[in-house]
This record gives sequence, C-alpha cells and structure tokens, in this order.
Amino acid sequence: MRVGLFVPCYVDAFEPEVGIATLELLERFGLDVSYPFDQTCCGQPMTNTGCHAEAAATEALFVKNFTGFDYVVAPSGSCVHQVREHLTAIPQTPEVKAVRERTFELVEFLHDVLKVEAFPWASFPHRVAYHANCNALRGIGHARPSEIQKPFFSKPLDILRKVEGIEIVDLARPDECCGFGGTFSVFEPAVSAKMGYDKVADQSRAGAAYVVSADSSCLMHQKGCAERLGMPLKFIHIAQVLNGAAA
Amino acid sequence: MSSASDELRPRGAEERLVNPEVAKAGDESERGQDGGRLAHAEGASRPLSAEPAARREREPQPRGAKIRGDRPIDQAEAAERFLAAPLHQKAHDERLWDLRKKRDAAAHGIPEWEELRELASQIKAHTLSNLDTYLEQFEAAAKANGVHVHWAADGAEHNRIVHAIMRDHGARTLIKSKSMLTEECGFRHYMAGVGIEIIETDLGERIQQLDAEEPSHIVVPAVHKTRLDVAEVFARTLGTDPDNDDVHYLAESQRETTRPHILSADAGMTGCNFAVAETGSVVTCTNEGNADLSGNVPKLQIHSIGIEKLIPRIEYLGVFIRLLSRSALGSPITQYTSHFRGPRAGTEMHMVLVDNGRSARLGMEEFWTSLKCIRCAACMNTCPVYRRSGGLSYGATYAGPIGLIIDPTYNKRKYSTLPFSSTMNGSCTNVCPVKINIHEQIFAWRKVLAEEHYIPALKQGMMKAAGAVLARPAAYRAAIGAADSALKVLPRFAVYNPLNTWGKKREMPEAPRETFHAWYKRERLKKTGQDA
Ligand code: SF4
Repeated sequence: MRVGLFVPCYVDAFEPEVGIATLELLERFGLDVSYPFDQTCCGQPMTNTGCHAEAAATEALFVKNFTGFDYVVAPSGSCVHQVREHLTAIPQTPEVKAVRERTFELVEFLHDVLKVEAFPWASFPHRVAYHANCNALRGIGHARPSEIQKPFFSKPLDILRKVEGIEIVDLARPDECCGFGGTFSVFEPAVSAKMGYDKVADQSRAGAAYVVSADSSCLMHQKGCAERLGMPLKFIHIAQVLNGAAA
Repeated sequence: MSSASDELRPRGAEERLVNPEVAKAGDESERGQDGGRLAHAEGASRPLSAEPAARREREPQPRGAKIRGDRPIDQAEAAERFLAAPLHQKAHDERLWDLRKKRDAAAHGIPEWEELRELASQIKAHTLSNLDTYLEQFEAAAKANGVHVHWAADGAEHNRIVHAIMRDHGARTLIKSKSMLTEECGFRHYMAGVGIEIIETDLGERIQQLDAEEPSHIVVPAVHKTRLDVAEVFARTLGTDPDNDDVHYLAESQRETTRPHILSADAGMTGCNFAVAETGSVVTCTNEGNADLSGNVPKLQIHSIGIEKLIPRIEYLGVFIRLLSRSALGSPITQYTSHFRGPRAGTEMHMVLVDNGRSARLGMEEFWTSLKCIRCAACMNTCPVYRRSGGLSYGATYAGPIGLIIDPTYNKRKYSTLPFSSTMNGSCTNVCPVKINIHEQIFAWRKVLAEEHYIPALKQGMMKAAGAVLARPAAYRAAIGAADSALKVLPRFAVYNPLNTWGKKREMPEAPRETFHAWYKRERLKKTGQDA
C-alpha cells in the first residue's frame, strides 16, 4: 500500500512534531509512506475566503504532488475536508477526482482503512479533553454530532480509548466550535478569541490536563488562548499520542 | 433509542453551567406527567434569580452595528462592543445555549426526528417548486372564505396596502403580534410617518418597540437585554420603578399599559407561520396568545404573509408543528396554535401576500432553499458567533446563520461582510428543522461575493498573494526557509495584516527550530541519497 503523506502548511511551519509523529505512526504499520517534496497547501485559506480563482494553482499543485498513491493521508480533518468537498477550482479530471477520493484524515484512515486494534507502544496516563474540529466532526463525519438524532459513535474516541491509561473527560459543550475558523481568527479576532477562551475554560473546568485533537490549527488557537488566560492546559495532536509520545 | 439521548448529556454538565443570574436547576414550579419540568414558553428557558436589582452590577446595554447607508456592515466591530459588556454577553450566550440544550432534549425524545426533518424539507421543496399553483389555490380558497386578498411586490407596497385598508375604515390604531415580515418591510416606521399608532403585543417585541430598537432574535426579540435594561426602558416609557426588575412586575406593568390599547384598537394584525393552500387559512404559533388578541379583538383584521409560508394541505401542518417549537424553545408545541380562516360576523378580514425579494431568491440556484425557513431560530441559538455577538451586531432584519444567507439577497453590498461572520462549523445546518444547508450556503456566498468583488480589495489581494506563494514550492520554501523559521511566513498565513490581530488576543505560537520539511530533508533524504 503506497501512502502519500500530506503535511499541511500549518503543521509544516508550526508543528513539525505532528508531521513526524504521523509519518512514524504510519510506518509502524509497515506502510510504504512517501512525502512528496514539492507539497505546500490544500488551498483552504483561499477557498474559505471565497477566493477560488486564487486557489486554483495551489489546488493543481496538490493534485500533481499526490497523484498515483493508493491513499493520501493528512493529520488534519480540516484540510481533508477541503480536498474532499471544496477542491473544485480546477477542472475535475479523473486524476483530480481520484486524488480527492483517496485523501483520508489520519484518524479515519486508522479507524476505517487500517482498522487498527491496538497501539501497544503508546501510553498516555492523563486526563484528556478531546477537541473535535468542526470540519472533522460535521464535514467528514468523525463522530455523531450532538445535534443529530442517531446512535452515538466517535472514531477519534474509539481510537484514543485503545491507548493505555488515557482518561477522557466530559465537556459541558462537547462539540462547540473553538472559534479558530481559518481566516475568521484574523478577521473577527474578538469573537474568535472569546470562543477560544470559553472553550479552554470548559476544558479546564472539566479537569483536563491535556487537550487532544486531530487538528493542529484549532490547537494552536486554543493554546494561544489558554496561555493568555494563564491556564495550565497542555495541547497535543492525536498523532503524537498514538505514536507513543511520553508527553 | 433512549441510549442515544443519554449520551447527549455529558455527566455533570448541568452543574458546570453557572450563570449568576440563573437560579438553581431544581425549580419545582411546573412539572409534566413524566415528572419533567415543563418548558413550554420562552420565560421558562431561564429561571430568574431573586437577587434584588439594587445589589447587582449595572452595565449599559451595548447597541448594535452602526448603519451608514449602503456601506458594508462592520459586524466584527459591533460584536467587539457586545463582548466588552461581559454581563450581557454571558447572559445572552447562556440563555441561548440553554435553548439549544432544550432543543436537543426535545428533538432526541422523538425517535423519528430526522425523518420529520427530511419530510418537512421535502414538503417545502415541493411547495416552493410549485409555488405559483399553491398561491393561486390559496387565494381562491381565502376568497371563498370571505377574505379580501392583496398582493404586494415589496415592503413598500405592503405598507401602502395596509395603510389604504386602514384609511378606508377610518382606523387610526393597530395592535399587532410579532412578525419578521413586517420588520423586513419597515412597517412600524412607515406607519408612524402616516400617523397610525401601532402597539406590539408580543412582550419582547413591545420592549424593543418602546426602546426604538430592532428585534435582535426572531423568536425572543429582546434576548440581548437584561431585566435591568428592561426595567430602565419601562421606567423611561411607561413610568415604572427603574429599580424593580422583578419579571412579574415588569410583565404585569406592560400588560396593564397595553391591554387598554388592545381593547380600543381599530385594527389588528398578525404575521403568519403557515398558510394552508387548500383551506386558505393562516396559522400562527405563539406562547403569549397575542396573535389571538390581535386577530380576534378588533373588527378589522389583517394578516401579512410571506409567499414562502405556503404549505399545500392541512394534514402536513402536523409535521411542522412537531418541529417548530421543539427546535425553537425545546417545548413540544407552542401554547397557542391558531387558525384564522374567515371573518367573524360583523368584521372584515384581509390577507396581504408579500413577495419582497422572495421570487427572485427562488430563482437563485444555490440559495433558493433558504426559502424553506420556518423562522424557528434554532440556527441562531446554536451559532457560537451569534451567541457571542448579539443579533443587533448584524445590522440586518435577520441575524445569525439564516441572516448570513438571506440578507445579501436584499442588499449585496451592505450585507457583503455578513457571510464572513461565521466559522462555518455546520451546527446550524444540523439543527435546522427543514434541513437548509446553511453553512454550505455561507461558503457559496463567499465565492459569489469574491467573484463579484464585494470583498475588500486588501483581503482579496492577500489571498491572491498567498495563492501565488502556495502554488510555487520554491517561493513557498524561500518564504519559510530563510531562517527555517515559520515566523517569516506567519505574516502571510496568520497575521497578514499589519495590526497583528492574532497576537492581540492570543499568545503567538513559538517558531519551531525547523520545519517538518527541513527535518525530513535532514533525517530521511540523506539516508537514501535522494536529492531535494
Ligand atoms: S434556517 Fe432553519 S434553523 Fe434557522 S430559523 Fe430557519 S428553519 Fe430555523
């Protein structure tokens, strides 16, 4: 199985450990993982701002980099959502469609494709608040969102519960958006930050020591908010936990 | 079925939601057959504490967005002022979140909830696709019931028609129940200009009328006000005690001063929740019974109806009634579901069917389904941005998620900023009882607005620059690569405006020692001899 690793620009620039953990984790399962060297971004900053024409060349580059793999895997629900739902600024050739269909977020890849049963190398004896990125939750279906009348399921929680010692705490508003919202965080800074403050307050009240998420962008925003409020919360990507980060 | 709903309520969540203004959850006042507390009216959504007004901190009520003609609304600026009033913001957020939780409990108590949503969505889609037929059917049925039917192309025509009806009867005073359509038409303002006195009979709407402010929410119009604000408004306009913000005192004072107007009014008006084509009847859903007063007391009654309110048959009404109040307030049904069909003996009944941009919206491929909206406000209650900005920050008749997708159809330039006041988290879409894909329409609006250059040139320029760098690996690497420091590229991705809006409210991320890319090159490529 040939896997192309997509390391989103945020992760590349700010959270290289998340990229490293994702790569190492995938390699633990004996996969042939390549990192196409000319990759940059999925185009999301532009399309989310309505600027599809401005995203076209970036989207084309993404497809060029990731054509030919059995799967493309990325440690970001938000970027995968962009690729799957919104990579539409370029003509939808069979090549483009194939890349879009084969792109998976890490958790769903582990859960649905590899069907991983155990992470024997991992142990995380901490109280953890799981943060669901909204695109991961409602966009690509990581879990049953609280609004919907359906039996509960959660792929990230299923996966995390396989890690020894982990304790998941309950939040008062389990799937309320944290306010990152891509460029929203820059253009509506007051509301964005307030949502972040409320989110980290909820996590803190729930007794979490760590916040774990499948998206670095939300974590970066929340970390900035928690530090500003002087809350001793720690933030870590799910790839790092699953890869056996000692924390 | 029950296990699913159990999982919705995180353990201990009730206890953790503490609002100083909210009394303990153990209110025993009203319980239903199953022992559960009845939550049938907006007043029940938030038990009020007995703390006397004088002992509580006072905070001036933040006002809404600044309106400057057609200039784009600065929602972010108004939201920031709302956030600067923490007592208001907190009460607002918690009260609306409480409605969202009640909505969840009510919705998840019905096993067929998702089927009902689908059914409602399909009934609306069908009706809207055959709207001309159903409107004609409605008109014929209403006429057969002895109703005078009028057609208004826009808000101005609606106002003129109602004014003419009143003039014909020598009517000078009008009592009305809450109607978003009349807000759209600027009805109160117009009627004031022609010397007709209007009294709103919905308590929240009356508060807003007395304060000369627009409603901030389509179901609970004064939800952004605290009781102290209301006490201040009533003291100023009705002469009540400014320090007494006891809810019963306030409601009673309002009732005492309004009732005489109701009894003496020359005409009465209601909006419309559903207009049934086969029967020609108008259905209103209220908790205060004020539509019944407005419709049934005066001898002249007028119903204003948005043309999208049609449903084909009375038997379909049940689907919507089951969804409406559960979505809005978490109660099984509103206190009053009233059917107005024909004039009472010795009275006259008029119905005004209003387009005001609706048929144009029906022709918009990506946005026509917004006409399915039944104005339950569930999307507003769940919206994390709305709860933290207040409805008046949108500077439009419709605030919150539904506002973001319909306001630009009224004025593209003025409301061009609104689709950006969202994180597109999708919760609105999931609560919508008629399954409007709200967050996808927000996304689609952004595209339309960017293509037609309704977004600021600076913003579009930044995106163009970002797109240019991201499309060229060498340029991208050069941007990050100089010092292998992300901070070099940060201005482009996160803080690409000179004011550093990220860092004002949040700590900046630390720049790592090296990028993933550099790590990979150092650790992995040298082993294989591959060249980068
Ligand atoms: S868009 Fe949907 S959720 Fe929002 S008010 Fe209309 S019907 Fe209710």
